[in-house]
Amino acid sequence: MEWKEILIRYGELSTKGRNRHEFTGRLRDNIRYAFADLPKFQIVTERDRMFIRPNDQETMDQLIKRLPSIFGIQSFSPVASCSQDLEDIKQTAINVIGSLDRENKTFKVTVKRSYKPFEMETNELQQFVGSNVLRTFSDLQVQMKKPDINLHVEVRREAVYMMAQVIPGAGGLPIGSNGKSLLMLSGGIDSPVAGYQMLKRGVRLDAIHFYSPPYTSERSKEKVMDLAEKLSRFGASVKLHIIPFTAIQEQIQKQIPENVSMTTTRRMMLKIADLVREETGALAIITGESLGQVASQTLESLTAINAVTNTPILRPLISFDKQDIIEIAQDIETYEVSIRPYEDCCTIFTPASPKTKPKLDKVEYYESFKSFEEMIEEAVSEREIMVFPKKKKQDKFSDLL
Amino acid sequence: MYYFDHSATTKPHKEVLDTFVKVNEEFFANPASLHELGVDANTLLSRARKQVADMLGTEENKVIFTSGGTESNHFAIHGLAKKVQSRGKHIITSSIEHPSVMESIKQLELQGFEVDYLPVNKKGIISIDELKSKLRKDTILVSIMHINNELGSIQPIAEISHLVHQNSRAFVHVDAVQSFGKYPVSFTLLGADVLTLTGHKFNGLKGTGIVAWKDHVSFEPTIVGGGQEFGLRSGTVPVAQAVAFAKAMRLSFENQPTMLTKYEKWNSQLRQLMSHLKDVLVVSGEDAAAHILTISVRNLKGEVLVNALQSKDIIVSTSSACSSKQTKSSHVIQAIGVSDDYKKGVIRISLGTSNDNQQIDYFIEHFSAIIKRIKGE
Repeated sequence: MEWKEILIRYGELSTKGRNRHEFTGRLRDNIRYAFADLPKFQIVTERDRMFIRPNDQETMDQLIKRLPSIFGIQSFSPVASCSQDLEDIKQTAINVIGSLDRENKTFKVTVKRSYKPFEMETNELQQFVGSNVLRTFSDLQVQMKKPDINLHVEVRREAVYMMAQVIPGAGGLPIGSNGKSLLMLSGGIDSPVAGYQMLKRGVRLDAIHFYSPPYTSERSKEKVMDLAEKLSRFGASVKLHIIPFTAIQEQIQKQIPENVSMTTTRRMMLKIADLVREETGALAIITGESLGQVASQTLESLTAINAVTNTPILRPLISFDKQDIIEIAQDIETYEVSIRPYEDCCTIFTPASPKTKPKLDKVEYYESFKSFEEMIEEAVSEREIMVFPKKKKQDKFSDLL
Repeated sequence: MYYFDHSATTKPHKEVLDTFVKVNEEFFANPASLHELGVDANTLLSRARKQVADMLGTEENKVIFTSGGTESNHFAIHGLAKKVQSRGKHIITSSIEHPSVMESIKQLELQGFEVDYLPVNKKGIISIDELKSKLRKDTILVSIMHINNELGSIQPIAEISHLVHQNSRAFVHVDAVQSFGKYPVSFTLLGADVLTLTGHKFNGLKGTGIVAWKDHVSFEPTIVGGGQEFGLRSGTVPVAQAVAFAKAMRLSFENQPTMLTKYEKWNSQLRQLMSHLKDVLVVSGEDAAAHILTISVRNLKGEVLVNALQSKDIIVSTSSACSSKQTKSSHVIQAIGVSDDYKKGVIRISLGTSNDNQQIDYFIEHFSAIIKRIKGE
């Protein structure tokens, strides 16, 4: 089956009133960015829909395969075209329907005839196409109201256009249309999913990771880099800030009673994240916290940790079950990376029995014996910054393959 | 030496051996290990896997490395059948499959699966209509080889896949062991759901093979243990073999169009020769694969012919190496109905990258004299 163009429906975007232009422009730019590796194609932006016209079939196949991961698209349909010759119309209709799953499906034909000199009336053409399709695919049942397959035929001056398949898009809003936030990226399963959920709402991401060599290995850092790389595939680059955290963690071990050391650790992380956020011009902080999942994610813990800042903290997974989070992680292909067995700084210093209901005043009291501020500033200033997607590095394997 | 038995096996390319040695020296670690050496080995393994996937047109999480064609075929058939048996227990295959397919399916038959074996015509090709008539609601697997190892017959795989997918929910497995590197092989071109290959047929190493598949195919593991290869084939992954396989595959993939032109030329030269010889029958159909030419000499034993040619340094085989030690004629020769006086004298001339024009000339020069001599003429 040869496709001519792809029709894209915006969904939620169409309701954006006067800001619409900004949103559709953003979507167009994001599509260009996400498919920069493909040969050039034309994008035509209209009020309610967008058309993409690639020049060859291979680009078309790639687009159909990859468009479902672009945010801001409600659904899209590959469109075939043919001449106004009836035999041609018949064959194209059969091909379009032939490319779909037809088992126990209902069917109708919708005709739009904007080219008036066309030889058949709207109803006539509808019957002509419908009967020919039904003759070829006898398993289809005709149904006028809410059919499973609605074959749209549009007769225009230059050609006849047809489409039947509606492929769901990722939904959400185009990335960048809702500003930038800083994601706390641990290397576990949850945080990349939290990042993804916010990307979906149009938020651009910076990510921050706490790195404690030699307690955690180079591998655990690479794991986080791979996660940032994965998140950068959704249509916007991701900047990753890696914070040297060893000194602070060792200080906490020394100063703070074991059962609340975890709370203090989180508070320090949040303080650091807030400084980085301010420096990079991000508006909010995103975490993968899910209520009650672990000791640091009880309401009491969240309160004690949150007390260090007034910055909005977005917790898109707060009400998610673990299994739902895992499913999303698998869909967005971060799961495979997240389950690599390297320790991160959170797992390595975990006390045997952390308090699930830490008292804020107690925590603040313990922390007051030592000023962490200087260490925090030092950690922020010595951070390593990387941008993803990364350019290809020197390849030591190429002569082997 | 004049080697014309490439369908039995090939000599590994120097580059492939170099890769094998170098990977063993520098990336010997277990790819499942946490340390840096392990991670490096694992990265290299993923790269090899991706290279294989790219050439076949699938994704890298849909390729596993195996010990060769036989294991690949066994895994593809048993793994798939066991996984989807709740949908049905009917399998269709051809009557000229390689023993690794044939016997795997016979095992399933003993375990309660129903099997239809499609006959082939004189040229060794199945009938599409017959296949269509055998497809059932509960057919789960259609396993048909791309190019037959004893005849070179090429099955219309694209047409077969299309028919099966249009008319049933069955998966199509294609044993492409004899075709990769000689003819274009990919999921797009063949429309198959599962492909199996082995490295040693295209100047790779013995003991290397892959199973590759498309979306929506899943398998039950046949070897269990540490959960390597996505849990489908446990056992420490031999990274050097995998990388050597990927390399041999790339070299073969890149040379395929050039080599095919050569095989076509040599094949027509050899057919020309055979057509002039008395009592020589060309068993391969006229549109069979160019790199395999099977012939038979009347009232002669193939083994005698093989030995006589060997005395002139010409290496060929009696039908396939897998059936050549059996005394009765192979199931493939039986299936195409070769007449009795030609049944025993079957030999296979299979071309490969080690051949050149001069070798073909040498073969042509000596072949008729040898035949005359052993026939006592």
